[in-house]
Amino acid sequence: MTERVAATPGLYPLPDWAKQTLSDLKGHQKGDLLSGDESEAIVEEYAEVRAEYVDDQLDAGLDRVVEGQGRWDDMIAHPLTVHDSVETGGIVRYYDNNNFYRDPRVVDDLDFSGDVARELERATDLIDGEAPLAATLPGPYSLAALATDEHYGDEAEFQAAIAEFLAGEVEAFPAHDTLFLLEPSLVTDSPAEGAESTATDAIATVADATDADVVVQTSYGALGEKLYAHLVDEAGADALGLDLVAGDREDTVYNVQEFGSTDSLALGLVDGQNTLVEEPETVAERVEWFESQVPAEGFDRTYLTPNTELFYLPANKYRAKLNALSAAAEVLD
Amino acid sequence: MVRNPSANREQFRPHDHPNDAFLLTTVVGSYPKPKWLNRADELVDDPDSKFDAEDLEEAHDDACRLITHEHERAGLDTVVDGEMRRNEMVEFFADRIDGYEFNGPVKVWGHNYFDKPSVVEEVEYDEPWLVDEFEFTSDVSERPVKVPITGPYTLGFWAFNEAYPSTEELVYDLADLVNEEVEKLVEAGARYIQIDEPALATTPEDHAIVGEALERIVSGIDEEVRIGLHVCYGDYSRIYPEINDYPIDEFDVELCNGDFEQIPTFTDPEFEPDLALGVVDAHTAEVEPVEEIKENIRQGLRVVPPEKLTISPDCGLKLLPRDIAYGKTENMVTAVREVEAEIDAGEIDIDNPLDD
Repeated sequence: MTERVAATPGLYPLPDWAKQTLSDLKGHQKGDLLSGDESEAIVEEYAEVRAEYVDDQLDAGLDRVVEGQGRWDDMIAHPLTVHDSVETGGIVRYYDNNNFYRDPRVVDDLDFSGDVARELERATDLIDGEAPLAATLPGPYSLAALATDEHYGDEAEFQAAIAEFLAGEVEAFPAHDTLFLLEPSLVTDSPAEGAESTATDAIATVADATDADVVVQTSYGALGEKLYAHLVDEAGADALGLDLVAGDREDTVYNVQEFGSTDSLALGLVDGQNTLVEEPETVAERVEWFESQVPAEGFDRTYLTPNTELFYLPANKYRAKLNALSAAAEVLD
Repeated sequence: MVRNPSANREQFRPHDHPNDAFLLTTVVGSYPKPKWLNRADELVDDPDSKFDAEDLEEAHDDACRLITHEHERAGLDTVVDGEMRRNEMVEFFADRIDGYEFNGPVKVWGHNYFDKPSVVEEVEYDEPWLVDEFEFTSDVSERPVKVPITGPYTLGFWAFNEAYPSTEELVYDLADLVNEEVEKLVEAGARYIQIDEPALATTPEDHAIVGEALERIVSGIDEEVRIGLHVCYGDYSRIYPEINDYPIDEFDVELCNGDFEQIPTFTDPEFEPDLALGVVDAHTAEVEPVEEIKENIRQGLRVVPPEKLTISPDCGLKLLPRDIAYGKTENMVTAVREVEAEIDAGEIDIDNPLDD
């Protein structure tokens, strides 16, 4: 019997009140973005944001609760942009969106930071045992792709160094049931032919650092066949996350039919980039449709997730999407 | 294919124009709002204030009159009201088109947000969007008025699409609405329309969608009406020479910001519409000296002859301090008039415009 788990990889939009207060506290310019050593007033503001995110998720009834990553001004590049060995360069486009982040230029050894672990500890206190925690990090392949290497000098070495850095961060995390590694670049900027194992080795380095369920979440369409097969076999993931909102979902089904899958899967079922809120029944039908297409008897666990982070949405719609995921899991039960 | 820019350009030459050569001067559209107008925009939402919607309309009228006259004083051949009535280039139109709704701001970067609307049903034309503002500006101006309109590609792709099977289909429906608006503006006397499509710069592979949308926009629009297209901050090698097929009179582009490095892109094959070239930077708070702007104008002559060259700032000037915006505009016009005189005197080699 497949366990259905309603969860999200976090990166939520700031509540509207916090958009204003944080903007007033921090400013609008590039140099005003989060540096990791923010003032007490800013820390307090984010504590309130975090509490609201936890309440939102508990209210919705999600099966995993995330910290929400309200502090991540640079989206998934955050763990680098607040790192001491990183200088932030110009504002660059975030994937194919009208969103921008600061180019993290790595200029020295990436040693331990602990920034994300501190956030997760605060989230754990807030959740207070009411639901299991899910942690979120960028996957090493995407984080390397988003960054500029001015220190290591070799692409494979850079990916490996980022993986070691992320693994060190994970080891400091408080107890968590699931770790989401966000890897949109695997689809948008796939590894070159022959370089797939470099990417999957890097992911496995991070995955090996935790006993939790590791979900390697992809976005923006189907993975190439060869890369998909490498990921299933080598990345150390308990679940691959697949984007079923994207128009090429038939290719994703083909990959699973042809090359098998991880024991669990995460299905990107609700659109993280559209305000149209899916009906729970529609989401449930998508799960059943997908499961009927693939030969496996059943998966250990199917995660019901959005296909991207949710910060693209206005705050009211982000909450509605949480509810849709949770309600869909109930429909399936 | 390109419209017929030579059929509509001369109407913008002022009767007292001092030179034989005529480089049409214009602006992209937005201009810094007077501080009191920002205050007025906020005051109308304050329940404790007696300042009401009618007062705000008066304030908007005053600001439009002020900026239109400021443009005239700078010597521009064609003027805009500085978009004093508009808040944001997508929001303003989404507010006026049936089918859009607003759910709240979304992040662009850091703590910069945009009230990104959602299209929740088929878009429809209700009241005219810009006819009143055009008539007002036209009445207070002695110079011809240009009307900037956010283009359907940008109105479609910078919104959430809840209602259409594809955003491309939404764009074509929006293009039909823009066509309706342009018809009404022309009926009201407008002869210079600029379609703004900044979203094209972010997704140049969609240039064919923009082309099809433009075909719809200009359908039935007489050739005496000048249709411009403004795009900014892009890699133009990815949309050139395709833009030679667009049904436009003029292509307006920001190249000062990149030190004119992309000029060679437009020289082969031959550039077909008129070129409206940005010669002052919209994002630096220093007024460029006249001599420097004159050099920038010569860059445009590498692409088109003087009778096909329009001169403007790179982009809307709204983010600059107002005195800087004015200084840039005034120096730009001075530089243009001096370059025209030098062309008349044979002092500029049109075939090698960068030579002294």
